[in-house]
Amino acid sequence: MFSYIGRRASHSIVSVLGLLTLVFFLTRLTGDPSALYLPLDATAEARAAFARLNGLDQPIPWQFIEYLKDLLQLDFGQSLRQNRSAMEVALQAFPETLKLAFVAITLSSALAILVGSLAAARPGSLFDRVASVASLAGASAPDFWVAIVGILVFAVGLELLPTSGTGSWAHWIMPILVLTLRPFGLLVQVVRGAMLSALASPYIKTARAKGVRRTKIIFGHALRNSLLPVVTVAGDLATSLVNGAVVVESIFGWPGIGKLMIDSIIQRDFAVVQSTILVTATAIFILNIAIDLLYAFLDPRIRY
Amino acid sequence: MKNAHNPIPKGEGPILKIEGLTVDFLSNDKPVRAVDNVSFHVDRGETLVILGESGSGKSVSTSTVMDLIDCPPGDIVSGSCLLDGTELSRLNQEARRDINGRRIAMIFQDPLAYLNPVYTVGRQIAEVFESHDAARGRQARANTIELLRRVGIPEPESRVDFYPHQFSGGQRQRVMIAMAIALKPDILIADEPTTALDVSVQAQILDLLRDLQRETGMALVMITHDLEVAASMADRIIVMNAGKVVESGLAREVFSNPQHAYTRRMIAALPHGDAAETSHRRSADATGETLLKVEHLTKEYVLASGAFAGKRTFKAVDDVTFEVRKGETLGIVGESGSGKSSIARVLLRLNDPSSGKAIYAGENIFEMSGKGLVAFRRKVQMVFQDPYGSMNPRMNVQAIISEPWAIHRDLLPRSRWRDRVAELLDLVGLKPEHAERYPHQFSGGQRQRIAIARALASEPELIVCDEAVSALDVSIQAQVIDLLADLRTRLGLSYIFITHDLPIVRHFADRILVMKQGQIVEEGPTPTLFGAPQHEYTQSLLKAVPKPKWLMSTEAPSATPGELRARRARNGGMAG
Repeated sequence: MFSYIGRRASHSIVSVLGLLTLVFFLTRLTGDPSALYLPLDATAEARAAFARLNGLDQPIPWQFIEYLKDLLQLDFGQSLRQNRSAMEVALQAFPETLKLAFVAITLSSALAILVGSLAAARPGSLFDRVASVASLAGASAPDFWVAIVGILVFAVGLELLPTSGTGSWAHWIMPILVLTLRPFGLLVQVVRGAMLSALASPYIKTARAKGVRRTKIIFGHALRNSLLPVVTVAGDLATSLVNGAVVVESIFGWPGIGKLMIDSIIQRDFAVVQSTILVTATAIFILNIAIDLLYAFLDPRIRY
Repeated sequence: MKNAHNPIPKGEGPILKIEGLTVDFLSNDKPVRAVDNVSFHVDRGETLVILGESGSGKSVSTSTVMDLIDCPPGDIVSGSCLLDGTELSRLNQEARRDINGRRIAMIFQDPLAYLNPVYTVGRQIAEVFESHDAARGRQARANTIELLRRVGIPEPESRVDFYPHQFSGGQRQRVMIAMAIALKPDILIADEPTTALDVSVQAQILDLLRDLQRETGMALVMITHDLEVAASMADRIIVMNAGKVVESGLAREVFSNPQHAYTRRMIAALPHGDAAETSHRRSADATGETLLKVEHLTKEYVLASGAFAGKRTFKAVDDVTFEVRKGETLGIVGESGSGKSSIARVLLRLNDPSSGKAIYAGENIFEMSGKGLVAFRRKVQMVFQDPYGSMNPRMNVQAIISEPWAIHRDLLPRSRWRDRVAELLDLVGLKPEHAERYPHQFSGGQRQRIAIARALASEPELIVCDEAVSALDVSIQAQVIDLLADLRTRLGLSYIFITHDLPIVRHFADRILVMKQGQIVEEGPTPTLFGAPQHEYTQSLLKAVPKPKWLMSTEAPSATPGELRARRARNGGMAG
C-alpha cells in the first residue's frame, strides 16, 4: 500500500510541475503588473525600477528558471499586493475554504444517503417521487443564482442573515446551504440508483431468506454495497469544493482560496496565483489518495 | 418479539403443504402466469425434488413460501401454504421474517452472487444467530466456527474472517449451507445448488447435503433442471412445465416409468447409457487427414510481479500435444481451471502462446500475420458458452450473421446476403423471418442456433465450441448437439468441443482429451475412455457423475425414511 502511495506521489509531482509551468506562462499573458501597482503617471524609470525589483525585467523563460530554483529552496515568492510571502497568503486563506468544503460535503453526503436510501427502499412511493423532483432541482440550480436569490430574500428582504463576510455563525448559513444544494441533489440521485441495484442483488435475497430485519437489510447490506459509487461522486464534488468555490466565495466575500485566486489573477499577483495552485493541487492529491484508500476499506476485493 | 419465536406448534402430517398456488408476474401491466394451480407437500425428513427447465416456474412456489416474491410485480392470486399446519399468509410480517432462517432455510445457485461481497463469511453466518436472537458476539462466533468446521471448511478459526471472494466456488456453497443449517431448520430449500459447480465438487456438495439431512432430520426441497442430480437425491419428485405440475411420484417410478409426455421427452434427452454402444451423433468415419496438429503448446500467465518478489508465472496450458482430423469431433474435458478454454483462445489467436506450434493446413498458426491470419480466422470459427454475451445487442440477426461477409469481402457479394442468411437460418432450424429480430427476442437455445449460423457464415472447416451447450436446458442441449452432428455430416466440419460436462461428450465426441492443471492426463477414443478409463483423474470424474439414489448400494437400507413415508402417503394419505 505504501508503494502504491509512493507511485501515486511520483506521478503527481510530474503533473503538478506541468501545471505550474502552464500557470506560470499563462499568468504572464495577463499583462504587466506595474501597470496596476504604480500610479498612472509613474515615470519610465520608476516602472523599470519596479520591474527590476520584482525580477520582471528578465526574459520570461529566464524568470521561469529563477522560479524553479526558488521552488527547490521552498521559496514561493513575494506577494506584490500584501508584500509578504505568497505561500503565507495562500495558507492563510486555505483553512477558510477547507472548513466550508468539509461542512458542505459532510452535510450533503449525510442527507443524501438518508434521503436516497429511503427513496430506494420504496420506489414509486410519494417520498421517492418528492425526493426525485427535489434532488433534480437541487442538482440543476446554478449556485450563483441560488446565492444571489438567497441574498435578496434572506439578507436584503427579510434581513435575517448578513449579506457577506465572516464573523458570526450567521455568516456560515448561506454559503453552506448554497454549497450543499448541488452536491446533495447529485448525491441523492447516485445513492438512489446504487441502492436500487443493490436491493435487487442476489445477496439481498439471501439476507431475506436468513430472516434479517428489514432496516438491517437496507442500511446494513444494501447501503454498504452502494457506498462505492457514492464515494466516487462525493470525492469528485469534494475536489471541486477544495479547489475553491470561486463564485460562491466571491459572492459571499468568504476569504477562502477561491476568492484569493480570482483576486490575485485580477491584480496580477503572480506569486500568489502560483502558490494557490500549488496548495490546492497538493490538497487534491491527498484527497484522491484518501478516496482510493477509502475504496479499499469499503470493498475488500480492492487491493493496491 | 419473544412470542414470535415459536409461533407454530410442531405437529404431525407434512411439514409443508402447498395447495392450489397460483402466482402471476406483472410485465408491462399484463399478468403473466408463473405458477398455475400448483399443489405439493413435503414430509419431515424426506427429499423432494422439483424438476423443470428454465422458466417452468419451479422456484416461484418455494420463493412464495419464503416470502421472497415482491408484490408488485408479483401477485399471489390464490392458494395456501401451510407450514406445519399454519397458514403462512395469515401471519404478520415479523412472524414470517422469523420463520426464514429458523424453520425454513434456503441456498442458491451462485454462491458468489448470493453472498454479500463486503462482509466476512463469519459475519454473514453470525447474522443468522443475531437476527433470531439465538446468540450474539463471542457465542455467535464460536457457533459460526463450529458450523464452518461441520461443512468442511479447513482451518475454520482463521477462514471465518475471510471474504467470499477468497473462497473457491465449492467452499462458497459450503458457506451458504453453513448459513442455512445454523438454526437447524425443519426444511432446507436448495435452488440449483450445484449447477455452477464442477462435477467432482458437485458430488461433494450433494454428499454433504445428504449427511446433514441424516444428522438433523430436516426435509430437503431441491430445485434442479439436472436429471442426474435429481435422480441421485430424490425420494419423491415433482416435474414442472410451464408453471404446472405435470407429474409427481416416487423418484424411481418417475424415472423408470414416466407418464407425462414432457417428462418422457426430458428423460429421453438425457445422455445416459453405455458409451460403447454406437451413437448416431458420433461421426461414422473419423480417419480423415490431419487438419490441425498442435505440438508442445504452452501458455503461461504472469501473476503478480513486484519489485522484490520475482516474476511468478502460472502455466494454464502445459506442453500439450494433440491433433484433430478432418470430419472428427475432438472433446476436451476438464474442470474449471484445467486450461481447456486457454487452448481455444490460443488456437484462435485471441491470446498469444508462450511456446509451441500449431500446424493448420501446413502452416503454423502462431506465425501467421496479415492476410494469412485473416484467411485462417475465416476457416476456424468459435461458438461461445454465452451466446447472449457474445452478440451485439443492437445488431439484428441479419447483421450478426452477415458480419463475416463484411469482413471477408470475397466470400459473398452483398446482393446474395439476404438469401444466404435465410438459408443459414433454415439450416440451423430457425425461420427466415427471424432475421429482423434482435438477440434478446430469442430463447437461450435459439440464440445458440444463431451463434452457430454466424459461425457457419464464413464457411469454416473447424468450429471450436467452448462450453457451447452448458448453459442450455437438457432437452435443448440434445437438440443443439443433434444439429452440430448433422452439420458435421452435411458440411464435412470438424469440431473441438470443450466442456466440463462428461455426459454431453459421451455420444458426440469421437476422441476425448482429459485435462487437469494444464496437462493432458488421458487421451483416447470415446468408448474406450468411458469404458476403461486409465488415469485416476478420469476415473474420479466418471465416478463423480451422480448415480440414481435407488441404485446406490453403499447405504444399507435402500429406502430412506422419507421414501417410506412417501410411499405410505401415496398408498393412503394422498386424499386431502
